[in-house]
Amino acid sequence: MKPADHAPEAATTDEAALPATAEPRSDGLRNPASITTDVLPSDSASELVVPALPTDLLLEMYRKAVTIRLMEEALLAAAEEGQIGGAMHTAIGHEANAIGAAYALRPGDYVTCTYRGHHHGLAWGMDPGRAIAEVMGRSDGFAKGKGGSMHFVSPELGMMGANGIVAAQVPHAAGLALASYLRGEERVAITFFGDGALFQGVMHETFNMASKWKLPLIFYCENNRYSEMTPIWRTSSIEDIFLFPRAYGMATVQIDGNDVEVVHAAVSEAAERARTGSGPTFIEGITYRLAGHMAGDLETYRPPEEVERQQTYEPLTVLRRKLRARGVDEDQIAEIDEEVDEKIDEAVAFAENSPWPDTSETYLDVFAGSASGGA
Amino acid sequence: MQRDEDVFLIGEDVGHYGGLFRVTRNLLDEFGEKRVLDTPISEQAFMGMALGAATVGMRPIVELMYMDFTLVAADQIFNQIAKYRYMTGGLLKVPLVIRGQQGGGKRYGSQHSQSVDSLYAHFPGIRVVAPATPYDAKGLLKTAIRDDNPVAFLEHKMLYFTRGEAPPPEEEYLIPIGKADVKRVGKDLTIATFSFCLLQALEAAETLKDEHGISCEVVDLRTVEPLDTETIWESVAKTGRLLAVHESYANCGVGAELVARAYEEAPNLLRAPARRLGMAPVSIPVSRVLEEEALPWKDEIIATVLDMERR
Repeated sequence: MKPADHAPEAATTDEAALPATAEPRSDGLRNPASITTDVLPSDSASELVVPALPTDLLLEMYRKAVTIRLMEEALLAAAEEGQIGGAMHTAIGHEANAIGAAYALRPGDYVTCTYRGHHHGLAWGMDPGRAIAEVMGRSDGFAKGKGGSMHFVSPELGMMGANGIVAAQVPHAAGLALASYLRGEERVAITFFGDGALFQGVMHETFNMASKWKLPLIFYCENNRYSEMTPIWRTSSIEDIFLFPRAYGMATVQIDGNDVEVVHAAVSEAAERARTGSGPTFIEGITYRLAGHMAGDLETYRPPEEVERQQTYEPLTVLRRKLRARGVDEDQIAEIDEEVDEKIDEAVAFAENSPWPDTSETYLDVFAGSASGGA
Repeated sequence: MQRDEDVFLIGEDVGHYGGLFRVTRNLLDEFGEKRVLDTPISEQAFMGMALGAATVGMRPIVELMYMDFTLVAADQIFNQIAKYRYMTGGLLKVPLVIRGQQGGGKRYGSQHSQSVDSLYAHFPGIRVVAPATPYDAKGLLKTAIRDDNPVAFLEHKMLYFTRGEAPPPEEEYLIPIGKADVKRVGKDLTIATFSFCLLQALEAAETLKDEHGISCEVVDLRTVEPLDTETIWESVAKTGRLLAVHESYANCGVGAELVARAYEEAPNLLRAPARRLGMAPVSIPVSRVLEEEALPWKDEIIATVLDMERR
């Protein structure tokens, strides 16, 4: 996996933006710069081909990325002010993984994700105002404030639930893929998880079953190289975690998760494999979490320089660079930034003005009503 | 399964082998591999997959080979399935059935003989059903499959080996969840019980009548969540005495709950202290004599009733 000799041409269009050399690191972590374009050929396909996406689509993706980023920054500010309780995990720096995937899939496909799932929710089309209301526990939240930050859900968009337990959402996606298979549908399910989830037993159980049954499923690992506060090299028995799913006979690919075009290409290829009955794919998107594990994280486990270095190719920076290379001018980019900024201000105001749920709501939704008499 | 194509069966050895206890025998031949799915020994994964499929309207029936394996799949059952509807503000429902056999009597030891009814009942969001007769089992299983909630359908391994009552009628009928049934009418004392303990209680009642002249009314709860307290209080109004019996642990069990509710909701009906009887607070031993000692079966029921009558 060392590198660039496996990297397809198109994936390296941003080469100039990357640090020239991979500096060796004293903490044992490989320098992320050395692996951002490190695309491994999967067992069944050759190298990932990354077609350039239309500029209009990139602009739309950029708008989405800024929306997610600004919403999460607003959420962190609200958490600072004490408006949000519990644990809230932002995905700042992970946005491209969700956006590239969402645009690669079709309406009717399914997604499940982790408690770090705001970006998936918004990428799949959830409304920021209702999302913020949910995190704040207000009545206009999509789950009426009962789920909060860790349980984003929107069935009409195919967003079938984020989860508070590491890796628990993975078999749920396999079940959605199973339903698609049993019903003879063309729907595909994708499930997002972090590198830490690779060490849960249920993950390996699901790898095996999905691969054996050739389920239309995409395992998408957002590898930010930290299991909460512990770097994975401290706990993993192997360096390259894609070797785990590969052992279950699955196609695997390691990609730059900060580049929407690369993510889009990898998920498109995996979706095609899934829809044609060729089974699941494991995608390892190399990414980086720029904010803490959760609001209030002391971040004692990583040097500030590491975070700073990552700023040079975090998803928004990469997208802006792409847009400039396409001839999009700064004003147009700035205009999007401003428009989104206003929208997020409105969304925050909407959430703050949303009434608290009626206390009677506490007792609702435990059980469904009477037997419905079938599907 | 004939009626609704979205119903499928998933679990270990349920297909080609026909189930460890032969409960699902011939279903693979009738419905094929897309309706009867043999899984690897991966309880967490197939339980979670059932949840996923249920959220889009399928109706999985998940067999746990032993209900003890509930604990292997505990995160998916209690953290996920039970809570999914609530956490999503009612946007998603989870119409699935978790079924399998539990209980002692066959010397399977500590990890294959437990009764998990009280455990399931502790968590909001799952219905808990535990029938004792073929007639009730058929009517309740059909209702459980059609219910929009997750339902734990608890069978008892001793009931598989019990002969006697005629098989249930072929025709379609449903028994509502949450409805108890008086299986023996009496006037001196109410025994509220379910599952295999029902048969033990009925035998005990016979002996108590014949040898001690004590007339017990035996109420079959059939459903542990929700508890049909109305039917039980009606019985206690007549007898003034209540003994709750089950095979899960007495400590923090269904019986403790029932007794507590009797004092909270119907204290005036009681003419003597209400009691509960459950599994002794030990892991379940293999040796026949030790297992019998730990189980709250016929002799224990008789002894407890006589003790209650003496007070």
